[in-house]
Amino acid sequence: MHSEDDFIPISALQHVLFCERQAALIHVERLWAENRLTAEGKVLHEKTHSERVETRGRVRIVRSLMLRSLRLGLFGRSDVVEFAAPECVSNPTSIFRRWGQGESVDWSAWQITPVEYKRGKPKKDGSDRVQLCAQAMCLEEMLGVTILSGSLFYGQRKRRTTVLFDSSLREQTATAASRMREFIETGTTPPAIYEPKCDSCSLIELCLPEATTGRRRVQQFLDNHFDKHLEASGPTTDTSFS
Amino acid sequence: MKRHLNTLFVVTDGSYLSKEGQAVRVKVEKETKLRVPLINLDGIVCFGRVGASPALLGACAEAGVTVSLMSRHGRLLARVVGFTPGNVLLRRTQYRTADDPDQSAFIARNIVAAKIANCRSVLLRSARDSSNSQVKDSLQAAARSMENPLREARHAKSVDTARGYEGEAAATYFRVWNDLLGGKGFVMNGRSRRPPLDPVNALLSFLYSLLSHDARSAAEAAGLDSQVGFLHQDRPGRPSLALDLMEELRPFLADRVALSLINRGQVTPNGFRTSESGAVLMDDDTRKTVLSAYQKRKQDKLTHPFLGEKTTVGLLVHLQARLLARHLRSDLDEYPPFLWR
Ligand code: SF4
Repeated sequence: MHSEDDFIPISALQHVLFCERQAALIHVERLWAENRLTAEGKVLHEKTHSERVETRGRVRIVRSLMLRSLRLGLFGRSDVVEFAAPECVSNPTSIFRRWGQGESVDWSAWQITPVEYKRGKPKKDGSDRVQLCAQAMCLEEMLGVTILSGSLFYGQRKRRTTVLFDSSLREQTATAASRMREFIETGTTPPAIYEPKCDSCSLIELCLPEATTGRRRVQQFLDNHFDKHLEASGPTTDTSFS
Repeated sequence: MKRHLNTLFVVTDGSYLSKEGQAVRVKVEKETKLRVPLINLDGIVCFGRVGASPALLGACAEAGVTVSLMSRHGRLLARVVGFTPGNVLLRRTQYRTADDPDQSAFIARNIVAAKIANCRSVLLRSARDSSNSQVKDSLQAAARSMENPLREARHAKSVDTARGYEGEAAATYFRVWNDLLGGKGFVMNGRSRRPPLDPVNALLSFLYSLLSHDARSAAEAAGLDSQVGFLHQDRPGRPSLALDLMEELRPFLADRVALSLINRGQVTPNGFRTSESGAVLMDDDTRKTVLSAYQKRKQDKLTHPFLGEKTTVGLLVHLQARLLARHLRSDLDEYPPFLWR
């Protein structure tokens, strides 16, 4: 069980899966650089984050629900959670009214589905699935239910992808959360390893992966440069400026 | 990351800045003179009697645009900065490192060595361009006598030792500045700062204040505390780390701009006046010329010697601040200063 003070945002899990160093730069070192991709993502999210509740037939659609899990030590918000009433419930609206007034509700027969909206295409690292799974695990803990699957909706494809919350995805989610916690508690940032994905990373200019991969030897660079400087008869660069 | 690190300088007395959408609007006597989107800006620097709306200041803070209010002569009066994310671990390491004499020396000596090397580059560069053999000889001789302080500074075991070599090299450097001025009517009698006692010193002081403004923003943007330095010791109100970051860049960014303005005749001794106390001040036109030259200089492109990447002169100080942060966080074995070669 984790204390609320030490909660980690669900969104951090995505960063862990993309790159552990990036996750630490953002959540340990608190560096944040917004690039075009993240800015666009924010606009998309602002739309879904206006708290609205809507009923379509027997399905209640709740947007921007606050979530947390004491077990995983996570908190966050969902885009959308759908509550589909089972056959046995004759008047779902009255249940929602009771819920809204703070009464406890038995959700066990309901089909509860978290839905997350993403721009672009599914990510290779599976981080979208982990994020959705984390939301589901929070919901399970808060509502005392079991959630079998959720949906990802990709802006570019305009259709839903079903995600099954199987044991391996749940484990991956819990591991990502505990990795993040480890970095925060020890104040460590894993070293950079330069990879092609760095070129699309919004933190590349703060991370400087090419300069820091393998703790590059500055000493050698300086020895070399000062020697060359002493041999040369003046700078050779910057000829445009006189 | 911001790609366009432009600074908006507002020098006209009575200007008023306000927010218009996500842009800043500059009005002078009810007439709109300029609109610049905030996204294109790194900072806004106001000189003298310039006003700004609270809405604009708020928007700047949010967009990471620092607003500095300066006296007409470039003395910093106040700044408006947004809520900095503030990396507490980085800062604690910075303080611990600054408290440790050995670790401070380890950083300070690289800064000093690079500063000396870059000053030598200024001299050698001018020596190569000069057609006067006497001037050539004098500059080359000065550069030669800075070799020893450079070698020694690189291995200095303490901050004080490094400082000593820096002082020795600086004395040699400024002693030959009259040779650099190319008989354009400017004469310099060593470095004087408080107040500057001749036009060249006034010019340098002004450029250094612009650079220190940039260095401060860069340190803070990298999550560092701009007041805690390694080469410069703490002194209340002094941006010691910004001064540290400036050292290696002064020759390349400020000194060269000053020399170029003089040698191209863009500033002349007539553009300065001496006050009753002997302090030398620039007139408004000269100040504008200097601001635009500095601004233009920041747009020049170059390859960063350590990173090996193309960048702009304006980004240099930001890159150096980040490299320093990465050294403090143990991602680099030493701090790699900027070396002009
Ligand atoms: S630049 Fe590369 S190593 Fe650095 S945080 Fe981004 S992805 Fe990770």
